[in-house]
Amino acid sequence: MMEKLVIEAGRSEAHYWRDLWRFRELFGFLAWRDILVRYKQTAIGVAWAVIRPLLTILIGAGIFGGLAQLPSDGVPYAVLVCAGTLPWYFFSSALSESANSLVGNANLISKIYFPRMILPASAVVVAFVDFAISLVILGGLMLWYGVMPSWRLLTLPLFILLGFVAAMGPGLLFTALNVKYRDFRYIIPFVVQFGLFISPVFYSTTAIQERFGDTGRVIVALNPMVGIIDGFRWAICGTTDIHWPSFALSTGLSVLLLVLGVWYFRRTEKTFADVI
Amino acid sequence: MAEPIIRVENLGKCYRIHHETRERYTALRDVITNKAKAFWRGANREPRTANADEDFWALKDVSFEVKQGEVVGIIGRNGAGKSTLLKILSRITEPTKGRITLNGRVASLLEVGTGFHPELTGRENIFLNGAILGMTKAEIRSKFDEIVAFAEVEKFLDTPVKRYSSGMYVRLAFAVAAHLEPEVLIIDEVLAVGDTAFQNKCLGKMQSVSKSGRTVLFVSHNISSLQTLCDRGVVLNAGQVAFDGSIGDAIREYSKSVNKADASYCSSGKHETPSVLKMEILSLLPGGVHVSGSRFTLRVIIASPVPVKNGCVSIQIVNQSGAPVLHLRPYDHGVFFGDAAGCSTLECMIEDCWLNVGSYSLTTYVSDPPGGQLYERLSGICPFSVTVEHSPAMFGWRPEACCYVAPEKWVSLKVES
Repeated sequence: MMEKLVIEAGRSEAHYWRDLWRFRELFGFLAWRDILVRYKQTAIGVAWAVIRPLLTILIGAGIFGGLAQLPSDGVPYAVLVCAGTLPWYFFSSALSESANSLVGNANLISKIYFPRMILPASAVVVAFVDFAISLVILGGLMLWYGVMPSWRLLTLPLFILLGFVAAMGPGLLFTALNVKYRDFRYIIPFVVQFGLFISPVFYSTTAIQERFGDTGRVIVALNPMVGIIDGFRWAICGTTDIHWPSFALSTGLSVLLLVLGVWYFRRTEKTFADVI
Repeated sequence: MAEPIIRVENLGKCYRIHHETRERYTALRDVITNKAKAFWRGANREPRTANADEDFWALKDVSFEVKQGEVVGIIGRNGAGKSTLLKILSRITEPTKGRITLNGRVASLLEVGTGFHPELTGRENIFLNGAILGMTKAEIRSKFDEIVAFAEVEKFLDTPVKRYSSGMYVRLAFAVAAHLEPEVLIIDEVLAVGDTAFQNKCLGKMQSVSKSGRTVLFVSHNISSLQTLCDRGVVLNAGQVAFDGSIGDAIREYSKSVNKADASYCSSGKHETPSVLKMEILSLLPGGVHVSGSRFTLRVIIASPVPVKNGCVSIQIVNQSGAPVLHLRPYDHGVFFGDAAGCSTLECMIEDCWLNVGSYSLTTYVSDPPGGQLYERLSGICPFSVTVEHSPAMFGWRPEACCYVAPEKWVSLKVES
């Protein structure tokens, strides 16, 4: 079987998406590598994927539910916080891992050809595996508090998919920028830290609505995570309805960021090997 | 079947060099300060400094064709554009001009062990590295036992490779690479690894690869391995094809271009790892001539950004057909570089250095003590020629007559009757 390949300036555009499919096995291997390596030489291994969000949930529920006595939409506060913390952890680790994925694999980029998008994408998959493991906490808390899931739980994969979209967009953007401007590795931890508080992780968006009205809730939704966390709470707790204007805004923003990320990534990709 | 497997037409690659920035990557900080500076200059109506960007053509109008089953050596001095050509062929970077048509699957080996992860075990790394080099999972599985046997690491398959000795590591890495089966294989100086026995094994493997009808592009400074493996040579000089023909002629052409070069070596650019800053043969007469039998002194300055414990440098004197004639080993004399970060100057003196007439150059290796890393390998530097003091009475001296010359004493004994 002979395959013909023409290399020309500007030609790579033509077979990019086909190549992405062709290199799916490499994509699998890279994700597998990162998953294997993630908890190598740690004493408790994959338990970290549970312990980190669990501690955050306990602290968040303790301070915001116990001390500050914020409203909890009629579910135990810990469950409310859990439905916010898990997607947040997924988003934040996917973002920081994918933002570092190109620079962290500089040797691969300068020695081997493959569609570079594989690297940030496999970093997001690794974060997803952690997320899937941490769902144990959610199950545990729901059992403990006797929260019965409804049919809405079946829609959860949809919101997880939305989480992928939300993490992938900025991830692509940051990782491409990081290749050229290494400043971005200092910005990302800050974004993640800041994002924890502006996203409704420890409080519910209905609490915002009560205090600042509809406008307040929409302004808060200028954050892609709001739609996802609201969606998670809607599917898991099943007490409040989705606030459509803010959900649409935040989802639209996620999609826009993804388009922007893919566009910028594709535009700068050709020069990665030369500048990294 | 006239269609060549690789056709390169008018290939060009242009890099933009920034003279201002010294760092490899830009920081946003610098972009902002530069913009501010430019603004300030504009406000003060000062003349703008000349544009700091300069175009550098690493490759220019390169054209050649390779037929199915040919083993082609790409030869050229450091910076002649060999690596750029390979990078474009293996699609790591895009050409600026021209086009390449490839009629077959290409795999490139620009470095052995690319993508090895130290935390993973040998078994896991075989799969990972195979996938990175372009093998499918099924292919790797079917070759797995062969790879393990070739690398001789059966006992350590489930040990993380970070605990491997450097020899085992390199063997495993090469073994994976050697079992690739693409139609076109691109190799960049991977033979400079392992001990002699393993190097010979690699060479043998490569020979069998090329015998099996596979097309191979081979880049190396090692003229003797080029000679054994290749049947055709393409000489690159300053980004252009200087010669294309049989490997023997190509090597001769290459040696000529090497000998025209500067007689001392000075490295340019930054030193991120220990490397030779300057290399000079002090004893040469004007015109870069050494008189056989006279004193030979050599000075090498090594820049090391970090201290290296017992840093080793060694220097080979290589003759025009590429064979090393003399190997200078300062570490055997307790002379190392890099006790502290900075420059170390080493000097070597050979009281009476008997070399045959001809042209020579030096090859240097800068490395850790055995088992460590090879930091830099330079070849074809400091070219010089050797003459004899007294012109011979009868037969002339010829470069190819021998490698080794000694001060001879002859007596004629009486013929027994």
